[in-house]
Amino acid sequence: MPVNTKNRILPSEITPPEVYFNRRLFMQAGLVAGAGLALPAAADAIPAAHRRLGELRPSPFSTDEAPNTFEEISTYNNFYEFGTGKSDPVRLSHRFNPRPWSVRVDGECDKGGDITLEDLLAPHPLEERIYRLRCVEAWSMVVPWVGFPLGDLLKRFEPNSRAKYVAFETVYRPEEMPGQRARIIDWPYVEGLRMDEAMHPLTILAVGIYGVELPNQNGAPLRLVVPWKYGFKSIKSIVRISFVEEEPPTSWSLSAPREYGFYANVNPEVDHPRWSQARERRIGAGFFAGRQPTLMFNGYAEDVASLYAGMDLQRQF
Amino acid sequence: MRALKAAFFVLALLPGLLLLLRGSGLVSPGLGANPVELIQDTLGLWGLRLLLLTLCLSPLAWLLRRPWPVALRRMAGLFAFAYILLHFLVWALLDQALDWPAITEDIVERPFITIGVAAMLMLVPLAVTSTRGWQRRLGARRWLQLHRLVYPAAILGVWHYFWQVKADIREPLFYAVLLAALLLARLYHRRQARL
Repeated sequence: MPVNTKNRILPSEITPPEVYFNRRLFMQAGLVAGAGLALPAAADAIPAAHRRLGELRPSPFSTDEAPNTFEEISTYNNFYEFGTGKSDPVRLSHRFNPRPWSVRVDGECDKGGDITLEDLLAPHPLEERIYRLRCVEAWSMVVPWVGFPLGDLLKRFEPNSRAKYVAFETVYRPEEMPGQRARIIDWPYVEGLRMDEAMHPLTILAVGIYGVELPNQNGAPLRLVVPWKYGFKSIKSIVRISFVEEEPPTSWSLSAPREYGFYANVNPEVDHPRWSQARERRIGAGFFAGRQPTLMFNGYAEDVASLYAGMDLQRQF
Repeated sequence: MRALKAAFFVLALLPGLLLLLRGSGLVSPGLGANPVELIQDTLGLWGLRLLLLTLCLSPLAWLLRRPWPVALRRMAGLFAFAYILLHFLVWALLDQALDWPAITEDIVERPFITIGVAAMLMLVPLAVTSTRGWQRRLGARRWLQLHRLVYPAAILGVWHYFWQVKADIREPLFYAVLLAALLLARLYHRRQARL
């Protein structure tokens, strides 16, 4: 685990988005020069509508790898509630209104109930956590999330001794989420973690990226981020958190139990039945970059491997 | 007929042209955050669509009692093959970056890739013998027999697409139903012709 917490400067402080996007323009310019064509004038920026989140603490859990651009992170999304295409969420999430928002907390805990987003967030200082994100489809990104440890929140609800798992549920609003009007999966989307996974310091609830509030297509206003698991575990737009005794159902394992398990830990040795998980395409790496090797637990093995000691990861995938 | 062929040529070229324009930044949106995937998927999808279109042309000619759809058959088939070949090349060169061990492992161990490659290989002799010269050399009967390979190729192609979709099977299902209808139409037509 990296310990250099001092002298850390957040990427969102030192590198304004315009500069991040310059890399993109530069790449486009190269492509255009190669094709012998004129350079387009369009420049990118974080749209003004995204509210800044104020002071952020750096985190020793952040990776040193260069984050993907805001544009990459906010235009290439798997969020089937808005459609199954990668560009559907950014195109079709305008009608979604994540304010006001509240979360129902129930199940095996002493202090459950409905809690507004403001009350939920109030006691938690926000941190920037730059994590690798590995999708089950064998592509990856580096995302500068803004959030706080899920465990700090869960403790406030005083889970009892029967709370062995935490279940999460995404909002169901077919009138605002066009993807939900088709029965691609059984809405609402549900996910879950074992209690020790939920309490692990790497597990966060995110409310932003790049120092601004989460765009709708990234799971506004509140989403889970579990960096050592495939992206689909990191459930978006959460409206319900339940403490439960039995392993809760999860959407993808309900939809295709042979292909997606409850744990869904990133594991280069356990292939998806239809494709290899040994390597991944890093978004933004360029046309000729090929694929890079996938790391056990997405590179977080040192921090989380002990959670699964004694388990057969080939069977409990 | 000439104008029709020219129009079809331009239309069939459009999906590829559009990729080039989007890649060069002349047309918005660009190729997005994962251009290799977008190019590969677009080429494969249009290859399959054009292959199915090729199979639609003869039944269309029977239905309309007009010869013009048949006149487009060769060009449609060759365009389908070109898109499918490019789809394969983008996969091998860009997605896999010519990592031969990974490529062979995928072809051998991933059934959806195995059948995709098989479908493409079946189309190779059809593309090669698509000229009038080869039609003459093979003779009408043998040429027709050889070109029946297009049916298993189309079945494998639809299957290949079906198999790599994650949850939303509506589009591959549509192609599967269309292909089944086309095959039934052929059987029906053959029976009618024999009677």
